[in-house]
Amino acid sequence: MASVAVERPAERGVGVKRVGSRGVLLLVVLGVLWGVWEGFRAIGIHYGLTRPFTVDATSMPHIHDMFKALFERPNAEGPLLIVTLLEAAAFTAKEAALGFAMGSVGGFAIGALLAHSRMLQRGFLPYVVASQTVPILAIAPMVVIWFTNPNSTFHVTAWVAVAILASYLTFFPVAIATLRGLQATDHRAVELMRSYAANRWTVLWKLRFPTALPYLFSALKISATASIVGAIIGESPTSIAGGLGGAILNFAQFYSFQPQNLWATNIVAAALGIAFFLVVVGAERLVLRHAPENVA
Amino acid sequence: MSVVEIQGVSKEFKGGTVALQDIDLQIEQGEFVSLIGPSGCGKSTLLRVIGDLIEPSRGAVTVNGKSARQARQDHDYGIVFQDAVLYNWRTVAKNVALPLELAGWSRERRQARVEEMLDLVELRGFADHHPWQLSGGMQQRVSIARALSFDPALLLMDEPFGALDEMTRERMNAELLRIWEASKSTVVFVTHSIAEAVFLSTRIVVMSVRPGRISKVIPVDLAQPRGTATREEPRFFELATEVREALHLGGHVEVPA
Ligand SMILES: Nc1ncnc2c1ncn2[C@@H]1O[C@H](COP(=O)(O)OP(=O)(O)O)[C@@H](O)[C@H]1O
Ligand SMILES: [Mg+2]
Repeated sequence: MASVAVERPAERGVGVKRVGSRGVLLLVVLGVLWGVWEGFRAIGIHYGLTRPFTVDATSMPHIHDMFKALFERPNAEGPLLIVTLLEAAAFTAKEAALGFAMGSVGGFAIGALLAHSRMLQRGFLPYVVASQTVPILAIAPMVVIWFTNPNSTFHVTAWVAVAILASYLTFFPVAIATLRGLQATDHRAVELMRSYAANRWTVLWKLRFPTALPYLFSALKISATASIVGAIIGESPTSIAGGLGGAILNFAQFYSFQPQNLWATNIVAAALGIAFFLVVVGAERLVLRHAPENVA
Repeated sequence: MSVVEIQGVSKEFKGGTVALQDIDLQIEQGEFVSLIGPSGCGKSTLLRVIGDLIEPSRGAVTVNGKSARQARQDHDYGIVFQDAVLYNWRTVAKNVALPLELAGWSRERRQARVEEMLDLVELRGFADHHPWQLSGGMQQRVSIARALSFDPALLLMDEPFGALDEMTRERMNAELLRIWEASKSTVVFVTHSIAEAVFLSTRIVVMSVRPGRISKVIPVDLAQPRGTATREEPRFFELATEVREALHLGGHVEVPA
């Protein structure tokens, strides 16, 4: 019938143009941030501002100095700062990736379990929520003592202990999103499944899980960055010096002499967080590409 | 043997709403039966009872001579709701194939049947589209194709065209008749449009509200096949009037369009 052709949907606008304008936007935003920082710095120093903090070369190094520091040697005979930091970032990334994986799988399992039964949900959800009020620094000593003692039959190396700590931050958003997502199913879609005499597993796999996926990815994006934070924080109670956490502690000590080094470290840490985030966004695009309205 | 046999069915929901009271109805092979009545008179409830999506409080329902439960498990009916209820993450073809997948059809058989179904609802060429790329009317055609894909003896439709504009609705009505004739299935069709009921049905079941009962059954003797001209026949208007009066006697104030 002729009417069919009329209703053909418009092609979606994708491609070079959109990517290009995004790149321009990014540059504009970065430029503005740079201008704000340097502008505030110049005004602060000129007028001797002491509020909200004393503005000087130590509290606010030049941005170009931060980037310049990356290509200098903090110790005369040592490697370039960027080499040290990239090695540290790789190490932290390893911890964070394992923590992210463990936390996501664990969070999904918890969410799926709670979604399965209202009673479990009522019984356990409060504790899942409460777990997040215990700061990671408070559970770190326990994790270290439980899992890294070489005399224990089951023990792990220090970096895996950090991953366990990171997973503690990552499981929660995933658990909550899984729970919500698995319950977000339209009741008529369930009735439809029932009309096909589908069993519980089929409904879970063919309907509830796909419905939950967009929720899951939103949570994974949060978890991806949280896993970096968790790994960085987890490195100090586990006395790991080779990661970004170690680098931050180290450069914090020498802040008054070389503030730009700590700032440079922060830049690398932020870049790592963004990289993790983008990996999840990429995975989301890949998995949900057929339903773009679901992609945040 | 009747396709649907309803005997003394009542349904009282928790909280005391009597949605259905003493419903008796037999539907024969090849019939197109419309349920019409004011909002809340239990049309959807009756359809769900037939489909074993809810259980009646009293009475018995058999479908194809079996209990409603057995019929559901045997995939004896396909259902279409007011909204298409398509799975957004599946293509049109995969939406249509869903019941076949669940019934364990092989990939080749599925593919062949999906093509056949998309031809039937005139959506060939949209197999790889996603639901959100289609108009409301097209989505509903996909949902009809899905319901018919496993060749059920019975098609249950709950106001399937209620959300469409009048023009699209009339076109869909004509298409549904064509599909019904081609597939030789039995249809139970819920609507609150008098014109739609008269145009489509071989029999119209008029229901009244509080409690939900059958107030009148009107056989529709318009000649088959029906087309645009049918809507202009004097008999069409006579029947529409008869349905309207039956709805009035049912005691509700608002007259559906
Ligand atoms: N699941 C339910 N629980 C309680 N009451 C319901 C439920 N489903 C329908 N009802 C009530 O039963 C009556 C009939 O509903 P329904 O069959 O949906 O009517 P119709 O489809 O004719 O508009 C209404 O009063 C409605 O509020
Ligand atoms: Mg209804």
